[in-house]
Amino acid sequence: MPVLLNGMTKISQSGERFVPASDQTLLIYFGESISQEAHELVVRFLRLLEREPLRNVRNVHPAYCSVLVKFDALRWTHAELEAALRERISRLGSVPLPAARVVEIPACYEKAYAPDMAEICARRGWSAERVIALHTATSYQVYFLGFVPGFAYLGELPEELAEARLATPRRAVPAGSVAIAGRQTAVYPFATPGGWRLIGRTPMRMFRAEDGGSSVLAIGDRVQFRAISAEEFLELEKTCR
Amino acid sequence: MPVIRVMEPGMFTTVQDLGREGYGEMGVSPSGAADALSLRIGNRLVGNGEGAAGLEMTLVGGTFEFSEPGTLALTGADFGAWLDDVPVEMWRSCEVRAGQTLRMEGTRDGARGYLCVRGGIAVAEVMGSASTHVLSGMGGFAGRVLRRGDVLQIGGQAGAEQPFARSALGKAPPQQRLAGRILSTAGRKLVRARKKLRVTVGPQSDWFGPAAPRRFYGDAYRVTEESNRMGLRLAGPVVEKLPRGEMISEGVASGAIQVPESGMPIILFVEQQTTGGYPKIANVISADFHSLGQLRPRDEISFELVDWEMARALLREQEALLGSDERLFD
Repeated sequence: MPVLLNGMTKISQSGERFVPASDQTLLIYFGESISQEAHELVVRFLRLLEREPLRNVRNVHPAYCSVLVKFDALRWTHAELEAALRERISRLGSVPLPAARVVEIPACYEKAYAPDMAEICARRGWSAERVIALHTATSYQVYFLGFVPGFAYLGELPEELAEARLATPRRAVPAGSVAIAGRQTAVYPFATPGGWRLIGRTPMRMFRAEDGGSSVLAIGDRVQFRAISAEEFLELEKTCR
Repeated sequence: MPVIRVMEPGMFTTVQDLGREGYGEMGVSPSGAADALSLRIGNRLVGNGEGAAGLEMTLVGGTFEFSEPGTLALTGADFGAWLDDVPVEMWRSCEVRAGQTLRMEGTRDGARGYLCVRGGIAVAEVMGSASTHVLSGMGGFAGRVLRRGDVLQIGGQAGAEQPFARSALGKAPPQQRLAGRILSTAGRKLVRARKKLRVTVGPQSDWFGPAAPRRFYGDAYRVTEESNRMGLRLAGPVVEKLPRGEMISEGVASGAIQVPESGMPIILFVEQQTTGGYPKIANVISADFHSLGQLRPRDEISFELVDWEMARALLREQEALLGSDERLFD
């Protein structure tokens, strides 16, 4: 995997693909698979649009290797916007990649907070400690935030922990649940329906709408989980409110 | 400050404006009125800026008591409304006296009705918008649906007092000129909810089998009970997918029609997830979004494919009519 450094970096310009998604959105694919390279292009693209905003572009939805751009359909056609974006993308190499913050997330993996732990362990003949050790051993990349406010897609989970989604998603996953699915892991910021497997819970509030909105995690961050006891969980829960 | 007392909240009533755009990077969907056209027109009827906050009611309307005199308008679905004992006409501004009670019943047509009051519903804006995002408990009144006993403040909302009609006077017209303002015939035609939804081709239309388009565009779908502001789940002919494996999650547009494993399409709506991993066969055009807000469970709908040029032309036409007080009101 090529290592992209801050500052001037050579980036292949041939790869982008533009696809209209609706009459007011345009999808830009920076790659056709999940990779660090595509992710870094997505981040550079967002930072460039932030630095040089386009008029009548209303919103952006980044993902693993694509960005959905929402625009005013009375001011732009897809072709016009594509041309304007191609011009910016040609300068992506000059956009410095912000240094990754490392965010520590305390998580309690004890039984009461980990409804799927027993099954995951049983399938492998493992102890919960082994799962916890594996989950907390790696720092994860925040590929993007999506689904609901503050939900960060983190990867990659060690292969040995890869789990299929639940056949029937839960109607409500408790807020703060630490979950895994495939080679991904995440924290559910709110009580939402969810099909990922739950192995713990954090007392942190992952998203706050107050004061203009803030999320514990942002695209490009790295995340390190830290195992805490149930007592610590309750203690931290008070201060996190 | 004048207030509205919630005597009965109705089935699912929230404070909504035109939504919060620009926070996609944080996973925040725009939310806002499910039938934005009705909210915009309701605000215009009472002399507010189009984006002022109003109440969105679903299937069953509420009962509200007004503490002080004011001007209100009801738009969207017709819930059959009375101000004390006098029936209230839809799509027309009307005066309310101090202490009067506005009472509504179940829907007679459509799914969502709007109550707009002159001055707007005053709630703290969250990320630039008054709209409620129920799932995350964000915005609106305490981030939730209204309950009996809630007290909503009127007026003081930024933008609510913007002059409508960009009038030559340069200020909001006097109260008496608003009374009896009524939507024109052309305006009524504009807001009529369509059951044949016009769509553009989706970004993964090549993920579906050769029979899929004939099915999808040829047959009718039924809106199921499991539909809400996040999405409309449909039942009908299975849209057959090609065995192409799993898609990589990507940003999803409002009105996207995604097809999960079951083959039953889901139309993503105002409180939609911002990203998703199911292929999209089509996308409802912007000019028809308001119709989605009026769909009820068991309604039958169908889809008609249009090109980008047509989608834009229809939106332009809609906005041109909305931009003209002369054409919009009698």
